[in-house]
Amino acid sequence: MKLKGWKDVNPGAVCTEAGSALKFKTGSWRAYRPKWVEENCIQCLFCWAYCPDMAVFVKDGKMTGFNYDYCKGCGICALECPGKKGNKAIVMEEEGK
Amino acid sequence: MATPLTLKELSKKEVLLTSGHRMCSGCGAPIIVKMVLLASEYPIVAANATGCLEVSTCISDYTAWKIPWIHNAFENAAATLSGVETMYRSLKKQGKIDKDIKFIAFGGDGGTYDIGFQSLSGAMERGHDMLYICYDNGAYMNTGIQRSSATPYGADTTTCPAGSVIQGKPQPRKNLTKIMAAHDIPYVAQASPSNWSDLVKKVKKALEIKGPKFMNILSPCNRGWRSRTDDAIMLSRLGVETCYWPLYEIENGVTKVTFKPKEKKPLVDFLKPQGRFKHLFAPENENMLKNFQEMVDKEWGSLLKASGTE
Repeated sequence: MKLKGWKDVNPGAVCTEAGSALKFKTGSWRAYRPKWVEENCIQCLFCWAYCPDMAVFVKDGKMTGFNYDYCKGCGICALECPGKKGNKAIVMEEEGK
Repeated sequence: MATPLTLKELSKKEVLLTSGHRMCSGCGAPIIVKMVLLASEYPIVAANATGCLEVSTCISDYTAWKIPWIHNAFENAAATLSGVETMYRSLKKQGKIDKDIKFIAFGGDGGTYDIGFQSLSGAMERGHDMLYICYDNGAYMNTGIQRSSATPYGADTTTCPAGSVIQGKPQPRKNLTKIMAAHDIPYVAQASPSNWSDLVKKVKKALEIKGPKFMNILSPCNRGWRSRTDDAIMLSRLGVETCYWPLYEIENGVTKVTFKPKEKKPLVDFLKPQGRFKHLFAPENENMLKNFQEMVDKEWGSLLKASGTE
């Protein structure tokens, strides 16, 4: 991401590109990484609904993984994950290990 | 309208708030905004009061919003949006626009309960066709956790710190939802992100009603509440189950409790995981816990009475 100078910014600080925040990757904030354990997933989509960073991929109504470019590693998905028979489908792992 | 309200169906829609916003890790506010935007079947125009949500979703030239969005100042989100809504009505009358557009203002508790209160009250009184949503995290979190009139009784903030003189905020929080109901507007509701379907249903209902609407939504803040980053949903659920944050709506003056916990949990279940209430668990502050529980019981009791489900 290249920062703009004052001459490049629109008058009145009007943003003309919808969703341009996507250029700012927040994944580097993460200290813990959610890991998806597919065999324990019941596709309840709570992780998708409760993710504050829209970092859960869903395709055709099914969870397919995490967008690590933006996931800040808060762990809400792992805490809310009901899992299967007591086994979580999302576990948090420390980054860099 | 025939599609059932399931997460599977909702997940097929595009989320109009993108990743890359700079709200803190584990913040409750973007979860609320996501649910609100997903609930709408209409194009939305939004206004934002100054606050966490505003500063971190639109930094410099980068916006996380995929809808027309306007920020003016701290105190006038409702006034700004009422102007936009009036322009829309005028353009519609002139035949220059034919789309059915809905207007939503977002404000934090500072921009709603305190600083933006007069403009909100004015917009509601003038009867603009808009929905005002307050995401209530209970303090000025954006500027470093100063008390607001939404800060709960006994909570420690940087401007009412628990110490040897006071034990957190001495005053109870202002009941804004009731104050908005006193404006006699067609729809007022309280919701929580933990109960997503209740929240989405309320937004859908509000958008179908013509006139001014107000929703107050509990928004956990792990920085200000001094809790873990992963507990936003868990805490908002405890807020609902302890009846600290009752889920109800007032439609045309008729109160309806939309969620009644099977077993009302003691308030301490909600307070205990939050560092801002840590001092209340000291033996000398036992009476404060008692007072706080009494306040919650009183409000819950009056709500049940008003809704006739006692």
